[in-house]
Amino acid sequence: MNHEVESVESIESFRERARAFIRAKLQPAAPKAASVVRGDVTDEEELAAVAREREVQRALFDAGLAGVCVPREYGGQGLTPAHQRVLNAELRGYEYPSRAQVPTFTPCLAVLLEFGTEEQKLKHVPAILKGEELWMQFLSEPSSGSDVAGAITTAVRKGDEWILNGSKVWTTGAWWSDWGLCLARTNWEVSKHSGLTVFMFPIKSPGIEVRRIEMLNGSKEFCEEFLTDVRVPDTDRIGGVDTGWTVGSRWMFYERMGRNSPLVTMPEGSARSSGNAGATMHAIADAGGRLTDPRAQELIGEAQTLHVVGDALRRRVTQGITTRTLSDQSSAIFRLYAGLSETRRTTIAFELAGSAGATWVDDDDGELAEWGIDFLMRQAVCIGGGTTEMAANVISERVLGMPREVTPDRELAFRNVPRSRSKSG
Amino acid sequence: MLLELSSDQEFFQKTTARFLAENAPVAELRRLRDDPVGFRSTYWRQGAELGWTSLLVAEGDGGVSISGRGLVDLALVAYEFGRHAAPGPLVSTNVVASALSVAGTESQKELIAALLDGTATGAWGITEAAPHDGLSNLTFDIALDGDELVLNGVKRTVESASQASHLLITGRTRAGAAAAAGLTQVIVPTGTKGISLVPMSGVDLSRRFSVVKFDQVRVPASSVLGRVGEAGADVERQLQQALVLLSAEAVGAMQAAFDMTVEWSFDRYSFGRPLASYQALKHRFALMATWLQASHAISDEAASAVTDGRDDAPELVSAAKAYVGQYGAELLQDCVQLHGGIGVTFEHDLHLFLRRITLIRTLLGTPDEHQRRIAGLISRRLSPPQPLTGGSAS
Repeated sequence: MNHEVESVESIESFRERARAFIRAKLQPAAPKAASVVRGDVTDEEELAAVAREREVQRALFDAGLAGVCVPREYGGQGLTPAHQRVLNAELRGYEYPSRAQVPTFTPCLAVLLEFGTEEQKLKHVPAILKGEELWMQFLSEPSSGSDVAGAITTAVRKGDEWILNGSKVWTTGAWWSDWGLCLARTNWEVSKHSGLTVFMFPIKSPGIEVRRIEMLNGSKEFCEEFLTDVRVPDTDRIGGVDTGWTVGSRWMFYERMGRNSPLVTMPEGSARSSGNAGATMHAIADAGGRLTDPRAQELIGEAQTLHVVGDALRRRVTQGITTRTLSDQSSAIFRLYAGLSETRRTTIAFELAGSAGATWVDDDDGELAEWGIDFLMRQAVCIGGGTTEMAANVISERVLGMPREVTPDRELAFRNVPRSRSKSG
Repeated sequence: MLLELSSDQEFFQKTTARFLAENAPVAELRRLRDDPVGFRSTYWRQGAELGWTSLLVAEGDGGVSISGRGLVDLALVAYEFGRHAAPGPLVSTNVVASALSVAGTESQKELIAALLDGTATGAWGITEAAPHDGLSNLTFDIALDGDELVLNGVKRTVESASQASHLLITGRTRAGAAAAAGLTQVIVPTGTKGISLVPMSGVDLSRRFSVVKFDQVRVPASSVLGRVGEAGADVERQLQQALVLLSAEAVGAMQAAFDMTVEWSFDRYSFGRPLASYQALKHRFALMATWLQASHAISDEAASAVTDGRDDAPELVSAAKAYVGQYGAELLQDCVQLHGGIGVTFEHDLHLFLRRITLIRTLLGTPDEHQRRIAGLISRRLSPPQPLTGGSAS
């Protein structure tokens, strides 16, 4: 065998390269990006943002900065998480392809790299790195949210193809995305986890109807899809038939890693959570003339405390998982922290805004206005991306090693598992 | 506590852990309840030999270094102190030794040797009684009178004051002909005329505090540490050191209580099942594990920021103290609840850690006070203040 020794690019050389590219090609981040969760982005703005982010992803690829930790044979850089952190640090204050990161790079790309065939990886990984393919997760279903292995979207084999029927929900931005990673049931006669298979398909395939969901705050970020006789070639199956839960559990793991994944490019300090830190609270209290109120000061300090503790915790969990000093299930700890911290900070913002948080005069109440809308959506951060209750299960069962919950559905053929009150009664 | 230690740090920490396990077992902690001093002198001297008091002192003044980052290394000792609810004035002794090393005159530095070898302990008086118990509204008066200083006021919650040969006192000097207004620090012999001590009772079994009253106490001007009216930066540094150590100690106590309670949840059976099998309880453990990891993270981050002199150090030490103060106490109370009745007995060890956390929560600023300090830092960042005429503690 011919061993070709390639020297790994030094961190400093990588930093110089990244810095030169960023300063030459990227624009500064928008001072206060409109929030999709607040529902104040028009479709035209959203599509323009997606198009720009594809360009930025392509530019990163051309500069040799895309897929820092992805092997070189698939178009990546074959470097280390330390290099990725350098890129993230250098990107601070600049635009970046945010919509290409989660769920495209993690969990979808991570799942492809771990379970895809050589052909699948060669076809899709470079396309992802170039910004040509944005991926979405076809995972949750109307009848199964946290219980993702209870999927009833069904795939039936027909020759070299599979025919998929069912519905999926909570796909972020499916209306502007390209490919879907889909968990489907291929065997109803075995237990819940033993009859699942993972597929991929273009979202614009015949038979897929994408419908946008309007959230209570007006946001139409999320979609639901109806699959009617969607034909998927067997070559687009990921992993073995009926062994989809092997893929699925790693999929969940990569999903929980979220923006902590070394596959994700995201400027340091840009996480949405930093939005509701001390400076924002200070602005609200200032607008309400409450800066000298000790109670308001305590709330500002509490929000900032939760923010900086969260930053420190994210670094600790990432470092611990990388160096194997913490269980790789510890990302659930950050997930739980983030949910609780963000809900508390939303409450603090609403509290500081006083009555103008719930009833405001447009164009007049400034920083005080509209916080009630965020308060209405407060729990979204504890639901999306795996609920905080599921994170608590993972922490107690897989980090602390406590006994698993009793689940009667494990013993039954899935066909016989009760799925609603009427059927079990 | 740090996820990754150098082999020197690991050896250093393990040595202290082993020493505390042997010399400060729970039976000894219970015995100390009735001991007016709160620790044995041989225990403290031996600990000093392990390096407990040398890490914040410059090498030229007799200090030692493990990793070159003294406060980070000392935080490992503080963490073990928390994990064993250990006796002894670790924080005040180190803060005083460091203050002398940084700002002391040659004759003041002569006091360092006894702190290093453990034959003396340090006492630092900064906080006062309500309503002036906040860190930034000190009223203790230090006035310059010819070649003397006149000290008036009351310092409260001064650790180990009755053991210390000298006291480090932080007070305020009003504007005068000979001095700028601002914070002033003095080193005074505890036996000086006009100083009286009132021993305090408290929640911790082994930690001892006093109220120290100064009534027209006259000391030579050479007692000043640094310059009259210009101690603000020194005080801030001492405060940051102390907050880092208190936070690390609190995290150690949280870890010990958490580990104990996880063990209990596997051992204790109710209705034919271990407590650890109930989801209602598992979710509380998950929450506690999250508070605990977050406390480790912010405590380490604060230690690192202070050691490196980062701009965000003042914010991070307050965030650490606020977070650990609030969630440390919540974690300990949850541990008590999960133990049931045994958790509120003197016989069980849990209260040793509950006491330590409860004490630390109030020392050098409650969570509320540190949250207000953070709000103040944000205000200053966003709208720099007009130049002040008076001094302030931070």
